Amino acid sequence: MKSSFREALKSGRFVVTSEVGPPKGTNLEGMRHHIDLLKDKVDAINVTDHQSSVMRFPSLGGCLDIRERGGEPILQMTCRDRNQMALQADLLFAYARGIRNVLCLTGDAVPIGDHKQAKGVFEFDSVQLIRAIRQMESGKDMGGNELDGAVEFCVGAIVTPEAKPLEPQLIKFEKKVEAGAEFIQTQAIYDLENFARFMKHARQLPVKILAGIVLLVSAKMAKYMNENVPGISVPQNLIDELAHAPKGGALLKGVEIAGRMVKTIKEEGLSDGVHIMAIGKENVVPDILAAAGLAA
Amino acid sequence: MKSITRQKPLEEIAEQLQGFGRLFIVGCGTCATMTRTGGKEEVSAMKERLQGMGKMVTGSTVIPTACDTMTEVALAENAGAIQSADCFLVMSCAMGVQKLASCNGKPAIPALDTLFIGVEDSPGYFREVCDQCGHCVLGYTAGICPVTACHKGLLNGPCGGTNNGRCEIDKNRDCAWTLIYERLNKMGRLDLMRRYQPPRNSQIVPRPRVTRVA
Repeated sequence: MKSSFREALKSGRFVVTSEVGPPKGTNLEGMRHHIDLLKDKVDAINVTDHQSSVMRFPSLGGCLDIRERGGEPILQMTCRDRNQMALQADLLFAYARGIRNVLCLTGDAVPIGDHKQAKGVFEFDSVQLIRAIRQMESGKDMGGNELDGAVEFCVGAIVTPEAKPLEPQLIKFEKKVEAGAEFIQTQAIYDLENFARFMKHARQLPVKILAGIVLLVSAKMAKYMNENVPGISVPQNLIDELAHAPKGGALLKGVEIAGRMVKTIKEEGLSDGVHIMAIGKENVVPDILAAAGLAA
Repeated sequence: MKSITRQKPLEEIAEQLQGFGRLFIVGCGTCATMTRTGGKEEVSAMKERLQGMGKMVTGSTVIPTACDTMTEVALAENAGAIQSADCFLVMSCAMGVQKLASCNGKPAIPALDTLFIGVEDSPGYFREVCDQCGHCVLGYTAGICPVTACHKGLLNGPCGGTNNGRCEIDKNRDCAWTLIYERLNKMGRLDLMRRYQPPRNSQIVPRPRVTRVA
């Protein structure tokens, strides 16, 4: 069985991915509802891996649910919580259970999450994890030992196009592609002129780029992200647009903005696709796709 | 090199001292004096506090360098007071505590936590500079150590938490990889940052680490 997501990336058509966040606990109803809502509308669904260093149900478990429900999962894998033996073991398990896509992340810092006393592992970084997967595909583990049955993954990574300063970020981006990243899901972008400039550079590299679209649900959220989330910059005109939405209509306005951005990115061919992050509001992702004219 | 220490909370010191009525306090004249955690003044203040808790302090001394071989000589000068104590309370880094614990069979109780190996940038401000990882990359990183200066110890460049040259965990901390980038850029040596750095080998000297100097 091949990665259907890799086929989608190769097809040259506009690719759409989205993501779900597993619950804190064993009640999987909400996550499964979101999976069912998205699985036939997008090319693949990411499952976050203790996002923001908040302990949750594992990405691997969410990916198995997506498989069982007929969707295409992308396993988010951070280097924060596992040493190289645990990372490799999870990759073997993922492959054996039909998971074919991995998004390699360094992982958020432990102190920003809800287990501040925990040890951050970071034995590998994202570049090293990508290389580890490529080595495992050659039939050898990181200890140089033969694997009885190798793995094969469509491997992705992330880039922050709005990082300041940008140059060090671009050097790391190039290292990720050299290591073997086939696709990139970017951190949230809002300024399409900035993004077009970033894409001019990115187009020189052999990698597919999916623009990160984070749904804005209020002017307050946009301002909060500007002040507190590294690498995110929401322009004032979008904040004003949200602020001027009719009472109770900010979410609708956010859906409209996200849909409009996706539409523009597609029509102007800015990138190879989009990755839509609704952060808890996954039920409106189909509305964003409809607003973008992408409804199936 | 300085071994940077911080005094434990008094409650924790008291907890460790349960069952010991008579104590001999040992300070250190090197690192713990510089960090003002185990010099003459701190030893004398500790003595008063312990007496206030009802402990009997049989004596005290500040050994020039608690971790070296002269420690036993320094202790011999206080043989009587030590003989009549139930234990040592050690106000030095963990190296001194271990030295004392191996001296004469008396328990050695740490009054300090050993935090890191660091330098004093400005009076009273100590910064970690080396993790003693056994795999020095300073030649590729313009002399700035990413293993200690980057919160995550990353070797291949900044993470997504880099924030206008600061670290996502604390707006007052520099992003190590921004500093490395700027210095390498100035030197015209950015090719070093483009080089792939493999994962660190945690087995260069297996723990517990030992080495023999020829």
